[in-house]
Amino acid sequence: MSDQVSQKPKMKQMNMIQAINSALDVKMSQDPDVLVFGEDVGFFGGVFRCTAGLQEKHGLHRCFDAPISEGGIVGTAVGMGAFGLRPVVEIQFADYIYPAFDQICSEAARLRYRSNGDFTAPITIRSPMGGGIHGGTSHSQSPEALFTHIAGIKTIIPSNPYDAKGLLIKAIEDNDPVVFFEPKRLYNGPFDGDPHSPAKNWGGHELGLVPEGHYTIDFEKARIHRAGNDLTILCYGTMVWVAEAAVEATGVDAEIIDLRSLSPLDLDAIVKSVTKTGRCLILHEATRTSGFGAELIAEVQEHCFYALEKPIMRVTGWDTPYPHALEWEYFPGLERCSRAITRIMED
Amino acid sequence: MVAHKTSRKNISNLHVPEPLNRPGATPDFSDLHMPDLVSDKTHTLPRPIPLVDAFETEQLASGLVRVLTLDGRAKGPWDPKLDADTLRLGLRNMMLTRSVDKRMFIIQRQGKASFYMKSLGEEAIAVASAMALKDDDMVFPSYRQQGLLLTRGYPLRDLMCQVLSNSGDKLEGKAIPICYSSREKAFYSIGASLGTQMSHAVGWAMACAYKGTDGVSCAFTGEGATAEGDFHYALTFSSTYRAPAIINIVNNQWAISSFQGIAAGASKTFAYRGLGFGLASLRIDGNDFLAVYAAIKWAAERARTGGGATVIEHFTYRKEGHSTSDDPSKYRAKDEPNAWPLGDPVDRLKRHLILMGEWDDERHEALEKELDAYVLKTYKEAESFGTLTTQTGINPATMFEKVYEDMPEHLRRQRQELGI
Ligand SMILES: Cc1ncc(C[n+]2csc(CCOP(=O)(O)OP(=O)(O)O)c2C)c(N)n1
Ligand SMILES: [Mg+2]
Repeated sequence: MSDQVSQKPKMKQMNMIQAINSALDVKMSQDPDVLVFGEDVGFFGGVFRCTAGLQEKHGLHRCFDAPISEGGIVGTAVGMGAFGLRPVVEIQFADYIYPAFDQICSEAARLRYRSNGDFTAPITIRSPMGGGIHGGTSHSQSPEALFTHIAGIKTIIPSNPYDAKGLLIKAIEDNDPVVFFEPKRLYNGPFDGDPHSPAKNWGGHELGLVPEGHYTIDFEKARIHRAGNDLTILCYGTMVWVAEAAVEATGVDAEIIDLRSLSPLDLDAIVKSVTKTGRCLILHEATRTSGFGAELIAEVQEHCFYALEKPIMRVTGWDTPYPHALEWEYFPGLERCSRAITRIMED
Repeated sequence: MVAHKTSRKNISNLHVPEPLNRPGATPDFSDLHMPDLVSDKTHTLPRPIPLVDAFETEQLASGLVRVLTLDGRAKGPWDPKLDADTLRLGLRNMMLTRSVDKRMFIIQRQGKASFYMKSLGEEAIAVASAMALKDDDMVFPSYRQQGLLLTRGYPLRDLMCQVLSNSGDKLEGKAIPICYSSREKAFYSIGASLGTQMSHAVGWAMACAYKGTDGVSCAFTGEGATAEGDFHYALTFSSTYRAPAIINIVNNQWAISSFQGIAAGASKTFAYRGLGFGLASLRIDGNDFLAVYAAIKWAAERARTGGGATVIEHFTYRKEGHSTSDDPSKYRAKDEPNAWPLGDPVDRLKRHLILMGEWDDERHEALEKELDAYVLKTYKEAESFGTLTTQTGINPATMFEKVYEDMPEHLRRQRQELGI
């Protein structure tokens, strides 16, 4: 791993919420230009508690509540970023990022280009994404592909506390706008895709062991979650853990690649793995058509065509809004993923 | 009053507002919601101290703050009492802007540039604002405040090269003509999505306050674009965080072909909207150089001393087409620009200076000639760097630069694919 850990780190067991909180705390302590704001993030500390205690520790002027105005939150962040601050804003749910879409797409993403480097927007937009918490149509969406389609921003999705902190610090320090999606189903523990299995937490998990201080993880570097020889599974966020469970259930020697950074993408890691295994399965929670999986399929077929033994497959959410009652029929869970693994391994 | 060659009836109860003067009509502005211009009443509106309670600006938001009378006198408490040199400089900057616009329009018609937008009739707003602000107060313009750049001494050749998208363009042809950017001149990058700059300006102002500088941001939007969400975000955030911002609405009566009533609806004035957010709000005569100067000074002082944002509606008129792609005779009465009751900003300041004994017609004409010659000479220099239709001279490899700070792998591969 190319992680840059400053000195010998003191480690602490954290869940993803604590890891994100710690990243914000570390950066706010280091850099007075880092500001945190969003809906309910101030006194209360955010509806998922990711900013808990930051206002008390760093002051009202460093971490504060914003009006319920996603466009205004990102718009003012762009202005602050142009000035030279490094705002980190929270969009309460990814499902509510659309009012800010124009500011992200037409402004944050293009400011550097259209001004030829004269003005930049070094901002971080954090937002909880994904399903698995009975959020229905309005609190479950995975809109990452809308953002990977935009030139000028970076799209990051961590799958565990260790990555979340290192990637978030990297995002804050990055001089380009970063959309940082947090799979909310993973906040408290990994999730194997089976709603009936008992909830796990990050306690005792090695990826829940997080340096207390400053460290970063480079973008454009995928993480080999599990090494294997017979199948490559490309995934990110919650689906990393579903993949792990499905691989265990099927007993296939699969290589699970946690992309972590969708844009920029670690194409080398993907090509290397698929060239080795000859089979590629893509998993994402987002809807299928024009999903990020389509992009991955295009890249894999272009770069690994002659190594492929089977057509590339994908398991995704259905092309419907995220239903409330039928959440587990929608979610590409353990069963569907296992079935796909079995199928792609048939000769 | 609204005379149509073909009558377009509305036989339903749905109210669809219509402008005063459609093509074919004899322009008449007597129904325009505007205070009595002939009497001097509008010149006696009070000038409160800048830290006044926002709600006490109500009559300033519904009235019309003016200094210059139509016959050229400076009158009333808003008179900024500028000396003759400053006034002459203002006149010069407005005339320079006008001359540049004239030239760029011509070269666009000659096919040398893809697009241009004039600010004819609205020059006082940009020029007086730039003169009233500090040079490092960041301005967040729309596409019709080129006068800000020119007043701040941005090199004219660079501006023209931007319009020509040639090898002299500091933006390397990345942005369409008129979407200038100059951090050095505290002129924010113009985007083409209307209204988005308004919340950037408020964010910038919040950053000024956060860092404890005495900086002020000054944003401009057309009246049409006030209907965008961003305008409301900007008012909300500047109200909540008491941001040191100046929020200018340039009400030039038209948004391409739709008249101001389409955005205004039944609201009293555009300035009046600021009051609902608890922001000090002024409506001013935008063709009155002195009124613009005085209002911006007042708002900047209010912002700098902790009073928060001011909303200023500049009441003016777009004398020409929206852009080089527009033909206004298709939707408004031909003579409307000349019938505009608030006159022309250059003529009015000129008359004022003449009345003061500080200017005359000969000097005016000579200045006009001097500026035209300077603009033409500079244009020739600019054109020597290429034009969009001949050779831009821009290296194609630059297309992939400045998307990100560092070029990611996939862009590197795409650049190779293009063969450079
Ligand atoms: C978001 C967005 N919608 C539409 C347009 C197209 N458009 C460009 S200028 C314009 C009219 C704007 O009118 P106004 O705000 O009054 O400004 P003015 O041109 O009068 O200065 C429109 C509709 C745009 N650039 N951006
Ligand atoms: Mg307009």
